[in-house]
Amino acid sequence: MSSTAETINIQPATAIDSSWSLWLRQIAAIMRLDVKRNFLGKRAVLIYLMALMPIGLLSLMAILPVGHAWADFAEYPLRFSLIYNALILRTVVFFGCAWIFMNLFRGELVDRSLHYYFLSAVRREVLLAGKYLSGLVTSIILFTAVTVVSMLLLFMPHFFSASVRFFLDGAGMGQMLTYIVITVLACVGYGAFFMVVGLFFRNPIIPALVLYGWEWINFLLPPLLKKISVIHYLNSLVPVPLSEGPFAVVASPTPAWISIPGLVIVTVLVLIVAGRRIRRMEIRYGGD
Amino acid sequence: MSESSAQTIVFDNVSKFYGEILGVNRVNLTIPLGITSLVGPNGAGKTTLMNLMTGLLRPSRGEVRVLGVPTDQPEELFRKVGYCSQFDSFPAGMTGREFINAFLMVSGFPRKQIGDLSEGALQRVDLLPAADRKIGAYSKGMRQRIRLAQSIAHQPSVLILDEPLNGLDPMVRAETIALFRQLAADGLHLIISSHILHEVDMMSDRVVLLNNGYVVAEGAVHGVRDEMDVEHPMQILIRCDQPSLLAARMFQKNEVVEARVHDDRHGLFVKTRNPDRFYLLLNEVVATGEIEVESVAPVDDDLSAVYEYLIGAD
Repeated sequence: MSSTAETINIQPATAIDSSWSLWLRQIAAIMRLDVKRNFLGKRAVLIYLMALMPIGLLSLMAILPVGHAWADFAEYPLRFSLIYNALILRTVVFFGCAWIFMNLFRGELVDRSLHYYFLSAVRREVLLAGKYLSGLVTSIILFTAVTVVSMLLLFMPHFFSASVRFFLDGAGMGQMLTYIVITVLACVGYGAFFMVVGLFFRNPIIPALVLYGWEWINFLLPPLLKKISVIHYLNSLVPVPLSEGPFAVVASPTPAWISIPGLVIVTVLVLIVAGRRIRRMEIRYGGD
Repeated sequence: MSESSAQTIVFDNVSKFYGEILGVNRVNLTIPLGITSLVGPNGAGKTTLMNLMTGLLRPSRGEVRVLGVPTDQPEELFRKVGYCSQFDSFPAGMTGREFINAFLMVSGFPRKQIGDLSEGALQRVDLLPAADRKIGAYSKGMRQRIRLAQSIAHQPSVLILDEPLNGLDPMVRAETIALFRQLAADGLHLIISSHILHEVDMMSDRVVLLNNGYVVAEGAVHGVRDEMDVEHPMQILIRCDQPSLLAARMFQKNEVVEARVHDDRHGLFVKTRNPDRFYLLLNEVVATGEIEVESVAPVDDDLSAVYEYLIGAD
């Protein structure tokens, strides 16, 4: 072992950087590490399986011949709205975000590697921002891809030329972009919530299931309670509205100019709570 | 902040409880420059104290400052501090070099500096040849060294090492101790926890003895030993040709509380509460020419003895 290695003269980074450029560089470094792990780590397998669920189902439908009920192209936007709402948004995006964002910190605690971040010269809030953004990048790339591929797989195989016209000249492209925006907002909102849950709860599955139940019974809730959910604001943006059934309590959809900033504000508030939590967080792997 | 507190590690009435379980209690410590060892049995509070120093734990009461920096400011603290913890786990799939580079990047070092820093750290722990292998394929000793490299890569002024010699073979162990000495000579604070007492004794300037969450003694090993003279008189072995006669002479002078002839009849164990006075008397006896003394050496003036007296052999 060399005890005579030359000492390298270094300038402390704080002395040579303004805070913002240092923080941005640190966030980029954290994102680089975490995005790689989110996509290539062993925990990513579950996300890929979930993402393949609608794609596999729609691929199967693309191969099989359609019955009479599926013969009318005009019905397809509504069908996609249904598939998007039930399968993609409420299942794949919801549980996918739960898995990705809860594991940002909880996964590191289980792997006993979080202390390396805590022992680096980085503000805990900057660490939180880096990890949240890495979760966001991962979930947005995956789930917007699932949304786009699912939409194309539903429309294209059986009505190719009609679909091309629908996407290029009709409402198709606008609807696709709206679904992408809804997916992104879902990742933003659910992501923040699940990251906080991962910071506060040793077993975050239970609060995730509680939220899942709350989001599913949203259509039964009185108008005021409906608004205390993510799905209400996302449903307000859906380009092809769905009937919520005979038992639903009807509430007027929240306009986009309220629902989008509202969701962002709630997300920021949740992240502030997460910031306070991580500032006081201790590393006690034995207890985890 | 006073100049002295900016160069020391200060525990100000610090307690840490894990629920109802005591971690450490009412610790008041000032650790100056040099090599300081934390010594104590399992569960004594050594790792708790180190985790408190590095902000991995927050004190339930009191305050810890490292070189004047509160431990809840990692962005400032870890410009000055490196911590090689006991956790033998790593981010998955990384090589040794990637591991060091990754956390230098997280600390915000510019890309052009990172290569030099990691190269220097890997060289110091003699891991350059294995730097581009996956950590998963490292031996326990190599994992220990890569963690050490990671903790010194940013060239901290305080290095905290939790059981750093665990898992190292004797050769690497000796080299690691030499490295610690070199780092201390370079002006680093070294705080080391270990239960291998003779190694601690060999490399430490100061010791902090812990038991059941309390600091039971602190200071230079010999200083701590001197303070125990009343309760535990110093034991000295005098190798000589006439141990019985020497014992008789010493008892005449009333400076010896106990004397026992060595089993081989060529030495005398004496216990004295005033070693300085005893050595003067011994000189006087030797000067008479009655007894030929071969060697004189304290038997329990080391950390093992201090440990045994204060904490017990367990």
